[in-house]
Amino acid sequence: MAALFKARKALGLCLSCRSFSALAELPETHQLLRQTCRDFADRELTPIAGKLDKEHAFPKKQIQDLGAMGVMAIEVPEELGGAGMDYLAYSLAMEEISRGCASTGVVVSVNNSLYIGPILKNGTEEQKQQWITPFTTGEKVGCFGLSEPGNGSDAGAASTVAQQDGEDWVLNGTKAWITNSWDASATIVFATTDKKLKHKGISAFLIPMPHPGLSLGKKEDKLGIKASSTANIIMEDCRIPLGNMLGPRGAGFKIAMQTLDSGRIGIAAQALGIAQASLDCAADYALKRVAFGAPIGKLQAIQFKLADMGVALESARLLTWKAALLRDSKQPFTKEAAMAKLAASEAATFCAHQAIQVLGGMGYVTDMPAERHYRDARITEIYEGTSEIQRLVIAGQILKEYQ
Amino acid sequence: MSGRVLVGVKRVIDYAVKIRVKPDNSCVVTDGVKHSMNPFCEIAVEEAVKMKEKKLIKEVVVVSCGPQQAMETIRTALAMGADRGIHVEVTGKDYENLGPLQVSKIMAALAKKEDALLVILGKQAIDDDCNQTGQMTAALLDWPQGTFASELSMEGDKIKVVREIDGGLETVKINTPAVITADLRLNTPRYATLPNIMKAKKKKIANVKPADLGVDITSRLEVLRVDEPPQREAGVKVETVDDLLARLKEAGRI
Repeated sequence: MAALFKARKALGLCLSCRSFSALAELPETHQLLRQTCRDFADRELTPIAGKLDKEHAFPKKQIQDLGAMGVMAIEVPEELGGAGMDYLAYSLAMEEISRGCASTGVVVSVNNSLYIGPILKNGTEEQKQQWITPFTTGEKVGCFGLSEPGNGSDAGAASTVAQQDGEDWVLNGTKAWITNSWDASATIVFATTDKKLKHKGISAFLIPMPHPGLSLGKKEDKLGIKASSTANIIMEDCRIPLGNMLGPRGAGFKIAMQTLDSGRIGIAAQALGIAQASLDCAADYALKRVAFGAPIGKLQAIQFKLADMGVALESARLLTWKAALLRDSKQPFTKEAAMAKLAASEAATFCAHQAIQVLGGMGYVTDMPAERHYRDARITEIYEGTSEIQRLVIAGQILKEYQ
Repeated sequence: MSGRVLVGVKRVIDYAVKIRVKPDNSCVVTDGVKHSMNPFCEIAVEEAVKMKEKKLIKEVVVVSCGPQQAMETIRTALAMGADRGIHVEVTGKDYENLGPLQVSKIMAALAKKEDALLVILGKQAIDDDCNQTGQMTAALLDWPQGTFASELSMEGDKIKVVREIDGGLETVKINTPAVITADLRLNTPRYATLPNIMKAKKKKIANVKPADLGVDITSRLEVLRVDEPPQREAGVKVETVDDLLARLKEAGRI
């Protein structure tokens, strides 16, 4: 018994040794991946990000290119058309893509974590072939329909209903704030199948888009991430085959929560990208802008801002990597993922805010990207679990450790 | 013929980096500076991989000469689709003094050893801008050369090369085996795909030393001094052509 315990402890130590060394220096494949995504972002995304934002234009070609690289399905096994890599790789890719264009980042994240993620984990082999493989190439993207006009954080109160009618499910209800909606070819929708069971009576469904009975609300006019479409998905007697249920009946809430755990790592990485872009902008400006006879980077006031930005960013990054490494080694990661998302999103808004301050008047105009980073950063504290929900999740996990 | 193409890749300071000269004027600062594959070498790798995809050739072998870090450059080429790599280990002072003559001797030796059908190189490296290695390699091998290639097509056992020259475009047809150097418009290099990055991990990189190839890498050149280009000074506006001529005469330019 003691020997078994020692062996298991040793294995845990081994895994965490691997984790720690990755925190200090990434494995070679991951370094190469990071560099490749960075080059792509620098050459293909950064130059057009401002235009995509102004025109609210979906980056169709760039998403296709990213699909060809395997970035739209990073964790999906190669047999299904994905890149067959891990969540650390996903975090690195997400950060670099978002650093170039935050809107493109969220399209990538929703496809990977929120759409493909739950199908990979809960789908039948047939469902994986049908609903994952076409979505690995960048030709098609998916979305995730959980939030409703009446409930965001209160996900257990899903008012969308699904009733069995012969060989079909019939869905009625509205989903709100759905990223990728206007550009998607499929969505996962969570609907109540057994109202009496409350949150244990919610099930997950796969709906192709477009589809009879499914319509889209107007595109929301957002503060930031304007190149990604956000709208309501309205289902009116929307009929889908029985085989379109994802996972067991009543497992919907659990699937949603598990999915969001992983999605948090993707959004944390997106926030890191925005924070890094803000820091890059501010530091570059501080070295060039001359005031009081020298570049403003010589002034303590500016230096302290850059230092605070750096610390917030680097600590959030380490939390994100740790959450990814824990998930990759199949250890519990709920607490760390929530911490990463909380830290990274608050770092993004902080860095973007300070970047505008460093740039002064130039930070307020569209000639410089600082104002776009400020607008893009704000949503990271809200979607995929508000900062308040993250705090509840973290506190819950911490208290569990002491019971 | 082996259907094998040898591609040389060089690790250089990234094109976007601001170059700084060391305070002792001995060389440029390389420590901690971002390096990447020479852009023309990327184009060379891309062309070779495309030829393999079109089944015109069978194997792409990528070569880089330098210290341990040259392996990163080889891996990047493997992730783009090259089949295997050869790292020719050159370190320290030898590496600092490594120039086109030494590299072309190495490439020539490897081309013979690997029974290469083609050697494809970038037209020049963006650090030294020598534009010599391809030409020297061809001369050492006594092979035909198609330099500044903007278009390549295999025609039986010959290769048609459209070359970008000062006056426009020149098309030549050369026998194989041959040496090609890639110019900017030959192709647009692909981004490595994630599955290929994973596959690159498993591809072999052989390690050899110049001595193993019977190559003497002693340099005939000695760098005396490196200086930054002079700071650009403000211009002067003149009112008339006569003024201009007078000013130019004053400055001893005419």
